[in-house]
Amino acid sequence: MESTLHLTLNGRRRGDLVPDNMLLVDYLREVAALTGTKIGCDGGECGACTVLVDGRPRHSCLTLAGACQGRHVETIESLEEGGRMAALQRGFHEKLGAQCGFCTPGMIMAAEGLLRATPDPGTEDIRASMASNICRCTGYIKIIEAVQAAARELAP
Amino acid sequence: MEYMPEFRLCAPASVDEAVGLAAADAGARYLSGGTDLVVNVRRGIERPAALIDLSAIGELKDIDEDDGGLRLGAGVVLRDLAENETLRRDFAAVAEAALAVAGPTHREYATLGGNLCLDTRCLFYNQSEWWRGANDYCLKKEGETCHVAPKGSFCFAAFSGDVAPALLVSGAEVELAGPEGRRRIPLAELYNDDGMDHLALKAGELVAAVHLPGAVAGVPSAYAKARVRGSIDFPLAGAAVALAMKGGGVEDLRVGLTAVGPRPFLVEDTERFADAPLDGAALDDLREMVRAQAQPMRTTTVAPWYRRRVAGNLARRLAAGLAAASP
Repeated sequence: MESTLHLTLNGRRRGDLVPDNMLLVDYLREVAALTGTKIGCDGGECGACTVLVDGRPRHSCLTLAGACQGRHVETIESLEEGGRMAALQRGFHEKLGAQCGFCTPGMIMAAEGLLRATPDPGTEDIRASMASNICRCTGYIKIIEAVQAAARELAP
Repeated sequence: MEYMPEFRLCAPASVDEAVGLAAADAGARYLSGGTDLVVNVRRGIERPAALIDLSAIGELKDIDEDDGGLRLGAGVVLRDLAENETLRRDFAAVAEAALAVAGPTHREYATLGGNLCLDTRCLFYNQSEWWRGANDYCLKKEGETCHVAPKGSFCFAAFSGDVAPALLVSGAEVELAGPEGRRRIPLAELYNDDGMDHLALKAGELVAAVHLPGAVAGVPSAYAKARVRGSIDFPLAGAAVALAMKGGGVEDLRVGLTAVGPRPFLVEDTERFADAPLDGAALDDLREMVRAQAQPMRTTTVAPWYRRRVAGNLARRLAAGLAAASP
């Protein structure tokens, strides 16, 4: 079975014919050609596939594309501002929050979800709200510093 | 992990429509957040002909005051449950348990109903198709032997939801909707003591809501769990305790356990603590009582004796904390 999926992807409305059993992560990577979202564990354990659905972080590997009918989906590709990195991306770059980089898109989208709800998060807020994301390189300290640096930059 | 099998996806707008769709197709399964079911579909454990997505049904997402208590829609996501002020004040264990489920991203879309209907888990079951095939499958799915207790014909897969024990100590009832209409039963009756068939739902029935009684509102309660990874994991053992004190003695003490057997349950015989102070000796008694009633099997990589001890100690620690905080 296939049906037409209408959604807003990174601010643009679009419609695609997608199979009922297609996962959101496969839709993003294979149909929309947005390969920034990564496939890590395939089971909701690593967080590499994290995107925002209606502004809230969600695993795209456990979400059916068809379940996003009419919703707003945002991926790492939505963050750049006129070809330049957004504050969070710059934070990860400058504070060495990314090493191999595989977890980074998921980390940044989880952090984006956090900063929208809590613009000035403490260390504990960052740890608690990014606990679904695994990084095997950095040891997390640099990731926390990256999110704090972005929060400082975005502060009014 | 396997690729997705073929199935139809339906998105009903109301509970009645969802129930109608399920009645028309015996191979259909209800889908909510999908944090448990989609993983099992991808592992070839579940092969539904259709998935009925409940996430567009507004009725399931409400939290309402109900006769001094609360009516929680089954589609409320765990994050909203954990942050609900009334729940945190009046039914603290339920909010704490919701906050203890998996990781923060899961809680953004995993629901109350989904956590209550979580499939039971076992080392020999939650594996990929090729792993299970290479290991002779197991009693719960496609196999003939239970690898946990090879001589028996009983499935020991453990129920691993965090919210159920907290609801049990709060005297919760569940509202079910099915082809024969709605019915309301005590939460304990939702579960069978059988890892292969742990939900007492009739064909086509779904959990629509949870009712928390006003009489229990405000009774101090708490939840705690042991897990392998502190940031995100199923419980190795989980305990909820509700404790009402009166004049220095115990008025009502309830302990609910999860992840130590095929169903969550209330520890029996806690009435014997009534009217006496909950001192060190009583707390030790409670620990031993919980330890004796927790009967986990080797369904995780962690040894059963550890999970039994942890269950006893979690209950003791929570009860001690609640007793110390009571006026």
